[in-house]
Amino acid sequence: MNLDFGQITPYIPFMLEGIWVTLKFVAVALVVGFILGTVLALFKISHIKPLNWFATAYTSIFRGTPLILQLMTFYFAIPQLTGYDISPFLSAVLAFGLNSAAYISEIIRAGIQAVDRGQTEAAMALGVPYRQMMKDIILPQAMKNILPALMNEVITLTKESALVSTISVLDLMRRAQVVGADIYRNFEPLLFVGLIYWIMVFGLSTIGRMIERRLKVSDQS
Amino acid sequence: MIKVEKLSKKFGNNEVLHDISTEIAKGEVVSIIGPSGSGKSTFLRCMNMLETPTSGKILIENKDLTDSKTPIHKVRQQIGMVFQHFHLFPHLTVLENLTYAPMKAKGIKKPVAEEKARQLLKKVGLSEKEKAYPGSLSGGQKQRVAIARALAMEPELMLFDEPTSALDPEMVKEVLDVMKDLAKSGMTMVVVTHEMGFAREVADRILFLDHGVLLEEGQPAEFFTQPKTVRAKEFLDKIL
Ligand SMILES: Nc1ncnc2c1ncn2[C@@H]1O[C@H](COP(=O)(O)OP(=O)(O)OP(=O)(O)O)[C@@H](O)[C@H]1O
Ligand SMILES: [Mg+2]
Repeated sequence: MNLDFGQITPYIPFMLEGIWVTLKFVAVALVVGFILGTVLALFKISHIKPLNWFATAYTSIFRGTPLILQLMTFYFAIPQLTGYDISPFLSAVLAFGLNSAAYISEIIRAGIQAVDRGQTEAAMALGVPYRQMMKDIILPQAMKNILPALMNEVITLTKESALVSTISVLDLMRRAQVVGADIYRNFEPLLFVGLIYWIMVFGLSTIGRMIERRLKVSDQS
Repeated sequence: MIKVEKLSKKFGNNEVLHDISTEIAKGEVVSIIGPSGSGKSTFLRCMNMLETPTSGKILIENKDLTDSKTPIHKVRQQIGMVFQHFHLFPHLTVLENLTYAPMKAKGIKKPVAEEKARQLLKKVGLSEKEKAYPGSLSGGQKQRVAIARALAMEPELMLFDEPTSALDPEMVKEVLDVMKDLAKSGMTMVVVTHEMGFAREVADRILFLDHGVLLEEGQPAEFFTQPKTVRAKEFLDKIL
């Protein structure tokens, strides 16, 4: 066993830049996933059958196939079909955003359906229109059920984001590989970015626990 | 003001309401009583379309609620409803519970809505609770807030579904007192209740439901002393 961390020192700024790339990627994918996931969740609870079917089929497809296959499909298949030369970052954001939308839509649907049916009835009985009721009465209460599960999804997404290294997005993971190839040593750079991933996930979990505690307190009101 | 014509309601093959017809006049207080599962809640919930009737008509001031062209949320704004389990909005303060629907559904300005809300809270004896959240109130207080919330919409008609059944015995009176005041003020009320004392004292008319059939209706004095049907007699014997 001979570890030599001295050799990676010059590469540390290069690898640290990967944090920014990974975070940016996760954030954009999450925003796409959240917006689309909310729409899909509303489709799922809607009384309009075709919307139910669409959302259910969508979820089934994205949860039923490997994420890496979805990623490859966006990266390689879109240029082949349309001639549009899609950038690695954009295809990664699309694949991850559309994929997490499937998971997030399930989280939001479950969160909405966990809100007492009486809340809907009370709002309807008062003559509050559906949209207003969803926005002001149901979704704010559903958030309590949704946020903790959503934090888990963020953590999963952060870790899984390492997959984008396979289509040469220069994220943390990819940078570790680049450095490894440069210095002919893989263990040190991998260990280094592994630590960074762990710190990021640890930070996210801590935030998650804080939010959960907050929600519990306001529950006792 | 309300006219129910040949109302029937099925859940799947289970006919819960069968061919019910009746009329309720403005200012009248009607109590619906009957055994558990006889369809009282379903009947009440048809009156604001929380349940969609299978057949028949419900006319409120000549607007047919079962007509799909009737803007149902506009009609509901004129019909207050009080539930057994309150269903206050837990993430809003008491005052916000009262001002929410007037502001959002009727477009009333905040200061106006708040002034009205404070008047109503005073009326139900809960002025000091306006900043509290529902979670911190007792059952009786919650139900009084729920009544005030419904009244904040200035409804023409109030529906109550067993408003005191979920309450501890010592809190029943404070809610019934609010309802009595409301009845005296001339509000049209339909009250599903197991409180025979209230039905006898406050109601102008009793509707007796049994297995989804409106078996008997009459004035309380008559109904409670000389029920016309065997079923009603059996029911009264059991609970009185
Ligand atoms: N959403 C529903 N789906 C299917 N069946 C229902 C539904 N709501 C009520 N029922 C059935 O309809 C019948 C009448 O119910 P309802 O709640 O109107 O009775 P109730 O007179 O209010 O009884 P209680 O005194 O117990 O409140 C019952 O047999 C009940 O099981
Ligand atoms: Mg009932």
